[in-house]
Amino acid sequence: MKLSNVFCKRNRVLLRELVITDFKLRYQGSVLGYAWSLLKPLFLFAIMYVVFGLMIKIGSVEHYAVYLLLGIILWNFFAEATNQGMGSIVGRGDLLRKISFPKYIIVLSTTISALINLTLNLIIVGVLMLFNGVALHWSALMLPFYILEIYLLALGLAFYLSALNVKYRDTSHIWEIIMQAAFYATPIIYPLSIVVAKSGAVAKLLLMNPIAQAIQDARYVLITRESITVSGLLGSGFYILIPVSIVLIVFIGGTLYFKRHSKYFAELI
Amino acid sequence: MSKHQDQPAVIVSGLHKSFKLPHEQHSGIKQMLVNRLKGKKGFEIQHVLKNVSFEVKKGEFFGIVGKNGSGKSTLLKLLAGIYTPDKGKIRVNGSLTPFIELGVGFNHELTGRENVFMNGALLGFDHKEMEAMYDEIVEFAELGKFMDQKLKNYSSGMQVRLAFSIAIKANSDILIFDEVLAVGDAAFQQKCFDVFAELKKKGATIILVTHDMSSVLRFCDKAIIVDKGSVTGIGDPYTISDMYLELNYDNNTNDESSVVDSADGNRVAIESIEFIDANGKKTTSPNSGDVCRVGMKYINENEDYINFGFQIFNDAGVYCFGTNTKICGLDPINSSEGFVQIELALGLLPGNYYINVAIMNKNATSSLFYKTKAYSFRIKKDTQVEGISKLDYRWIR
Repeated sequence: MKLSNVFCKRNRVLLRELVITDFKLRYQGSVLGYAWSLLKPLFLFAIMYVVFGLMIKIGSVEHYAVYLLLGIILWNFFAEATNQGMGSIVGRGDLLRKISFPKYIIVLSTTISALINLTLNLIIVGVLMLFNGVALHWSALMLPFYILEIYLLALGLAFYLSALNVKYRDTSHIWEIIMQAAFYATPIIYPLSIVVAKSGAVAKLLLMNPIAQAIQDARYVLITRESITVSGLLGSGFYILIPVSIVLIVFIGGTLYFKRHSKYFAELI
Repeated sequence: MSKHQDQPAVIVSGLHKSFKLPHEQHSGIKQMLVNRLKGKKGFEIQHVLKNVSFEVKKGEFFGIVGKNGSGKSTLLKLLAGIYTPDKGKIRVNGSLTPFIELGVGFNHELTGRENVFMNGALLGFDHKEMEAMYDEIVEFAELGKFMDQKLKNYSSGMQVRLAFSIAIKANSDILIFDEVLAVGDAAFQQKCFDVFAELKKKGATIILVTHDMSSVLRFCDKAIIVDKGSVTGIGDPYTISDMYLELNYDNNTNDESSVVDSADGNRVAIESIEFIDANGKKTTSPNSGDVCRVGMKYINENEDYINFGFQIFNDAGVYCFGTNTKICGLDPINSSEGFVQIELALGLLPGNYYINVAIMNKNATSSLFYKTKAYSFRIKKDTQVEGISKLDYRWIR
């Protein structure tokens, strides 16, 4: 796999068709169709908001509703990209056994679908921001960087998990459990300030998780300065290099693992 | 392309491929741990290809033949780049498109039109290029009215037609076909043959993987036989098809003791069969057109009146010839044992054939004894005729 081949014509064409197909097939046969990918996170948000915002009143943050929605949407993006990516190679087994093409395109196409979904969902965030009177700041331009961070992490994991899933189908179950734990280990529902109040060390540790860091930073630049970020909690922006390095290590490691094993997918599936 | 004109299109050298066959169906972590603990490997190594080497020249129509399980499909997948060789090299000069199956990537939930674009993408055509040849594809497939319907509402014949119409647009230097010809009706097969002829004229390099000798004879310039993972023969199509028939020739059925008798007390059976050529010698490989005699030694302990039946099938299971003593107006026999003969001019084409024999009751309404593949013989090569039978013919000019 030469780097120049990564985006040669055939691969680009194929990637495009796979993304389009995925898009068309996702809500095949449902009445509301693509609206579901907007409605699902919206309903999840509504439930979370009623439970944690109104009943338990955990949300002591400014603009908690938007704050919560952005967290949920970014998390869902990560979850969707890794889950769909993980199953993509096995799911396209019929194709792999009959024609030769770079396998990474399959994983890439599912993560790009997730990225398209995220873009649509961010529109909802924008609308809610308008309703809540959240002022847009220049720093919001940093948002794509944090999304890229989550995307690279998800892509790296998707590469690794999809290759592993070819060998061991247990992977998807294990990942489901990990994701459940990770959801609560990431300050999505609860504001990080709650953890800081209990133990500053734990809060610092939680922020070394690239998704927690990216979500907190995204909230900071887009919604509220009350969002606790790495530079806010640890005193220096340099500490952000730790989660960013984790992202890069996972991405490179996942890509290499995938590359090494992709030769044998066709005969293993 | 012109620069490397004399270079072979494909060079395969010293190719090895083996597969790990897991003992258990389940691929899971539990199984892995159990196997580790027990010190078992949990799989067997199967060597599918052993030191395979050959060359395909530019513009050649190249056949790869072999029985089921010979490794020819694995070889095809290695050529197509789907599998990775353990050892050895495959060098391909030019672009290569494999057709292991028609309509790869077809999705039943998408419309015919959407599937055309998806399938085209797998062949390397972008949206614009597909748009340009879309009408032609639809016309060739004769599916104009159906293109906006979902593929799941297509008949299988329609799907194959659509897939084939896209496939022939593939603009590669080298094309590999698996036994795609096996599907579809006669008219469709003819279309395939026409396309082959067209491609051959254009000078494309074509590799055909098949066990149908008639298409090898008809199209190939050169062929190889793959048997038990090795190349056992390289040569012109006639030599190869002859070798292939010999390879497939099943000697066991000629073992006289294998003619079993019916299992009741009184035996009614054909005990042995012999095949005698025009010179009075026993043979299993007569020439096409030879006059031969097939003798059957029978036993009829019931001493009822009996008739004899005789059939010839080819190895594709096609019923080539059949007759019995009743329809030929011969009187039934009631002797307790004896010998009957049938004399035949073998107007058959090269290939492997089987003889089925039967003993029937007086009116030939039911069989008292029936043995399939009671004898097999092979007609040797004949380079003058094609088809399914050799009629008595001569040219008059």
